[in-house]
Amino acid sequence: MNRMYEGWRGFQKGTWMSEINVRSFIKHNYTPYDGDESFLEGPTQNTVDLWAQVMDLTKKEREAGGVLDMDTKVVSTITSHGPGYLDKDKEKIVGFQTDKPFKRALHTYGGIRMAEKACSDNGYKVDPEISEIFTVHRKTHNAGVFDVYTPEMRACRSSHIITGLPDAYGRGRIIGDYRRVALYGIDRLIEDKKEQKVTTRSAMYDDIIRLREELAEQIRALEQLKEMAASYGFDISQPAKDTKEAIQWLYFGYLGAVKEQNGAAMSLGRTSTFLDIYAERDIAEGTYTEKEIQELVDHFIMKLRLVKFARTPEYNSLFSGDPQWVTESIGGVAIDGRHMVTKMSYRYLHTLENLGAAPEPNLTVLWSTKLPMNFKRFCAKTSIETSSVQYENDDLMRNTHGDDYAIACCVSSMRLGKEMQFFGARANLAKCLLYAINGGRDEISGKQVAPEYTPIYSEYLDYDEVMKKFDQMMEWLAEVYVNTLNIIHYMHDKYCYEKLQMALHDKNVTRWFATGIAGLSVVADSLSAIKYAKVKVIRDETGLATDYEVEGDFPKYGNDDDRVDSIAREIVHMFMEHIRKNHTYRNGIPTTSILTITSNVVYGKNTGSTPDGRKKGEAFAPGANPMHKRDTHGAVASLASVAKLPFIDAQDGISNTFSIIPSALGKDDRIFAGDIEVDLDCSNGACSTPTLFEGLDDKQ
Amino acid sequence: MEGYIHSTESFGTVDGPGIRYVVFLQGCPLRCKYCHNPDTWQVGIGEKISAETIIENYNKNKAFYSNGGITVTGGEPLLQIDFLLELFKMAKKEGIHTCIDTSGITYRPMESEYNEKLALLLEYTDLVMLDIKHIDPELHRELTGQDNGGILAFARYLSEKKVPFWVRHVVVPGITDDPVYLRKLGNFLGTLNGIKALDVLPYHTMGKAKYEEMGIPYPLEGVEALPKSEAVKAKEIILKGFKETRKIP
Repeated sequence: MNRMYEGWRGFQKGTWMSEINVRSFIKHNYTPYDGDESFLEGPTQNTVDLWAQVMDLTKKEREAGGVLDMDTKVVSTITSHGPGYLDKDKEKIVGFQTDKPFKRALHTYGGIRMAEKACSDNGYKVDPEISEIFTVHRKTHNAGVFDVYTPEMRACRSSHIITGLPDAYGRGRIIGDYRRVALYGIDRLIEDKKEQKVTTRSAMYDDIIRLREELAEQIRALEQLKEMAASYGFDISQPAKDTKEAIQWLYFGYLGAVKEQNGAAMSLGRTSTFLDIYAERDIAEGTYTEKEIQELVDHFIMKLRLVKFARTPEYNSLFSGDPQWVTESIGGVAIDGRHMVTKMSYRYLHTLENLGAAPEPNLTVLWSTKLPMNFKRFCAKTSIETSSVQYENDDLMRNTHGDDYAIACCVSSMRLGKEMQFFGARANLAKCLLYAINGGRDEISGKQVAPEYTPIYSEYLDYDEVMKKFDQMMEWLAEVYVNTLNIIHYMHDKYCYEKLQMALHDKNVTRWFATGIAGLSVVADSLSAIKYAKVKVIRDETGLATDYEVEGDFPKYGNDDDRVDSIAREIVHMFMEHIRKNHTYRNGIPTTSILTITSNVVYGKNTGSTPDGRKKGEAFAPGANPMHKRDTHGAVASLASVAKLPFIDAQDGISNTFSIIPSALGKDDRIFAGDIEVDLDCSNGACSTPTLFEGLDDKQ
Repeated sequence: MEGYIHSTESFGTVDGPGIRYVVFLQGCPLRCKYCHNPDTWQVGIGEKISAETIIENYNKNKAFYSNGGITVTGGEPLLQIDFLLELFKMAKKEGIHTCIDTSGITYRPMESEYNEKLALLLEYTDLVMLDIKHIDPELHRELTGQDNGGILAFARYLSEKKVPFWVRHVVVPGITDDPVYLRKLGNFLGTLNGIKALDVLPYHTMGKAKYEEMGIPYPLEGVEALPKSEAVKAKEIILKGFKETRKIP
């Protein structure tokens, strides 16, 4: 059924009018921009004032030890708090998670103990009544998981062979298609959800019952979102009518999600090119100037920078800081061959100049060789000035995810509104290798964690023997790992369902069942050492292998050396094949990632010495990185090793953390040649030509 | 044939235009006091790698080098001129941009056999980076252990042969920062054709660790790294000398 709303005036028609389909809307309406950044505008006085206020509050927050204020009484929901402002008269885009900025909300559905600890560690105390409700009367995700965990799962958890599991905190990683709120308005979305509910199958199998309940929850969430917007004085029942409304409606969608969920990564999606369509129309209609549009974007980004959650110091140490992963994906190329860079792509990146550099939102450029040169230059310039831009390979991801996917967290790609992910933390493959050598005993505690397989008894490690045992141990690990995740996601859906985010998805959602690998480069180098050097095992009095002596040199991952790079490749493939053998909750499609960007330190701390010469407790390399200082042939060789990892087996992403000092990227223009104002060629004939032999003495 | 290679760097961004595959050849007759690669001095050691392998390694990742190429440096790469000939011949067959980073110390205008090879090599060379350590022969000897006559002759040779080249000069506090000699260097450069760039580098102390590792005393102990701004000033003086020769106001 086609309809017409005032907000849709001037837009090109398409299937997006008769069904919920933002991609179709973008495809028919966006204007690729090939020009440069000269159109951009600086910050308005309002922006400068508001940001000064934010900086002041940030300073106070730091002085207060990292948290300025916490809610201890009101459990956060979409409608839990009244409106909050920085300065109502100056803010063009409004909305905070609680009734004031910098006040962290209380999220209890993931687990009451985590919520209590987040408060107590920061000097606050959860209202006892709330604690009682969520201990006695209302079960949480965390409580559900621990009711069901097997002893083996608990042992794996405490030995850290599986770590970072979202069993006590929100799993995150789901991106609602917040653009839908702006394009369709809430009423149309509710209508669609009601239709979905009416058309479910009628035989009440478990999955149909669950689906119907979830759809009911989703509809309720949409109604609550409307209510929340109304508290700020906005009626979002209808489509947004201009750029300001489009940004505001979209932001309300996102705000509702972060009020409802304290997820490990609460990403925004791919909104810039969508919003550009509104901006182009408003500028053509003469209702907004570039300056006004940039102000809206600046205020929007400012809000995203102020998303905060109550978290514990342990959580922060696992993730090295207090990240929200408000990832926004920018650019990329459409499958019809047009690039998707618009003026709005520039405006988003320009906030790094207008407001100053910041890690959040995590502005991520979907990089393609086909992006326009002007935009590439602008990205490079912005990177040089702010070090705040993330890049991901669109040419690679477009193959599997099309042209309307976005990145959740740092690398997890998913089609917006059509795919979601069950976040699965990581299995520690370095520890798994040690278990293979030790017959399932933990190398630190000595406890039997895995089944009692035969350990390796020899003084020197034999590659074929180790590989065989490692393969068996990976098979065991994959099974216990996937089943642990099955429990977690079952309970999360049951007790901490992301109803608003899922309301901004289609009815039939593809679920990626994410797993992860930690310690890949440790494993690759260890196996290389076993194969190409000699590795002697040091055992304690109980026969437990606790250390290794490497005799001789061996090829190390990170030097573009196929002898070891092929091992890394093989390990990823083998582990993924073991993962694939297992049943996954809700038919999730298994994927894996190699992306411990920050938690590599914690993983390393909990892992004993490894056969590559790494000592007990030493940090792993982050993600798919080669081990620190072992890549000795320069960046290209290092990157080439990483690039050999099979994306098809690690579709949830492969990350390589790459640091380089600016001067190693090229010469400083002021010192380097080529900026000389004189003609270096002797063209005016003024120079004499001395003989070749002048100045040479007889010795030559 | 194989060359004696100290190491390779797959991401060279300061040794010629673009991103480059840099081959550090083993062996050098100079003993520059500020040398930051003393481990490349000794002749006849190092890993033996064939020209084919280098081209192979380059080609594996050539997408990175679209605006770059191969640079041979060292050590003194021209010590292994036969190897360079083979390597660059192959490189040019593949359309790879080639660059030699040299001190010019091996140049002997009177040795015709060497000169024939050199002339041939330069046909396969897109760019030479010539590092002139000091313009004064005596001070050059003091700094490097060798005279600079051959080096300056090599510069003239490049000028005459119309080989495009960059001139590099490292400014060390108290050793190569005397304005008189900087200007003289400029005067000399003004007489040459084919200079495409002048690269004036501030002395840094990053090489020191290697000396400690190798157990040899660091010759410039106590000499501070030169601030970038001083290198800019030095460059201006060299250019002043350059303009004097060229009679450019």
